[in-house]
Amino acid sequence: MKPAEYYQRDRRRQPPALTPDYKTSVARSPRYSMISLQQSVSEITGPVFGHSDIDPIDNDLIKNYAKDQDPVGERIIVHGRVLDENARPVPNTLVEIWQANASGRYRHKKDTYLGALDPNFGGCGRTITDENGYYYFRTIKPGAYPWRNWVNNWRPAHIHVSVFGSGFCQRLITQLYFEGDPLIPLCPIVATIPDPDAIGQLIARLDMNASVPLDCIAYKFDIVLRGRRSTLFENRLAGN
Amino acid sequence: MTQKLDYLKESSSQTAGPYVHIGLAPGAAGFDIYREELGRDIAGPNARGERIRVEGLVIDGMGSPVKDVLLEAWQANSEGIYAHPEGGGEVEDGFRGWGRVITDFATGEWGFDTVKPGAVKARVKLGSGVSDKVAANSPDWQGRMESHAPMAPHINLWIVARGINIGLNTRMYFEDEKEANATDPVLNLIEWENRRATLLAKRDGERDGVPVYRFEIRLQGDNETVFFDV
Ligand SMILES: [Fe+3]
Repeated sequence: MKPAEYYQRDRRRQPPALTPDYKTSVARSPRYSMISLQQSVSEITGPVFGHSDIDPIDNDLIKNYAKDQDPVGERIIVHGRVLDENARPVPNTLVEIWQANASGRYRHKKDTYLGALDPNFGGCGRTITDENGYYYFRTIKPGAYPWRNWVNNWRPAHIHVSVFGSGFCQRLITQLYFEGDPLIPLCPIVATIPDPDAIGQLIARLDMNASVPLDCIAYKFDIVLRGRRSTLFENRLAGN
Repeated sequence: MTQKLDYLKESSSQTAGPYVHIGLAPGAAGFDIYREELGRDIAGPNARGERIRVEGLVIDGMGSPVKDVLLEAWQANSEGIYAHPEGGGEVEDGFRGWGRVITDFATGEWGFDTVKPGAVKARVKLGSGVSDKVAANSPDWQGRMESHAPMAPHINLWIVARGINIGLNTRMYFEDEKEANATDPVLNLIEWENRRATLLAKRDGERDGVPVYRFEIRLQGDNETVFFDV
């Protein structure tokens, strides 16, 4: 097998740099076109992580910062798989998340929202996918929070998600939204994504089968990273 | 109706937002939660080669430093090998070649310590997805796979922040690698020769005996940095 490049990004499903309704993007968006690069070893390689890099408790946001009791809020499980565009699992890859607490407040010195801080909630977690690309977190459902854009903008409840894959060109940061949230269609950050189907792909589904009775409700969220040309192309040649 | 291709589609990017530090560098957000934060040491203690420091600013279209950026660096070791199964060989024990750094909230300054990477083979049998058999029987393919000049020493950078909808990829080259830069296949790909200079880090003296390189990233405006669609 001779691995080749990753598939080109489908820019019709990715937000452009300049999205004036999300005001901060205006001064932070390059104006010139990006230079398209045929991938080299610099793009198809990327950092490798292992279980020694993290601790087992890191994926449990209910416990990983708890002092004397559990944090307040709706207890949830977020789980799913990291896949590539060939629908193959991405194993042993680092998934990191961060989020506001149930009041919509981040444990960040720059967050001055009047929603209360929760002494038992840190708001970040990380894990490594298993051999089938599977991951899970236990956490508290984040609250919506207001932000300065238009006069009265509110972010839908969301969890920020960072994923690596195996090549640095697969690097991705996105956000997870929750099924049924009426704030999703009102949000200028969500609306930076031009394709409604692509927005839907960021909305986690309620998953009753994965919930834990009398404890935690569950949401399913799959993450798809860029796929790679390789064996597919070769198989076709071999089959000729 | 036509047949359907059964590929999945890459998840869409969303901005890392103003509180990216909580997730990826919680110490900087003001709290301690993990045994060890990832990405603080790029080269590790056993790395061979020249130790360097890289510093800079990310500047927005208004000319102001961006103070809530997170940058990730990905680089080869001093022999041009990446710490990855397809990286071209073995690296020193503890060399990861990856790091992340955030800007100072007050000044926008960022900086990291590492070793200067070596020149990197451009395509190492990466080629175009053809099998060995096809390549061997076709001088054309063979040529395509092996004709690329090595890439000059460079550090790949990925930049995220509030207001950046999808992470920006760029490369930092070294101003003092004139010869290698002159034949670098990526620098030479940039049609506008004057823009190539936006990718060159400048030598800025030494600190504690370690050479310092300065690299300003301009998101927009005069001398906008070259960003790559990889
Ligand atoms: Fe947020």
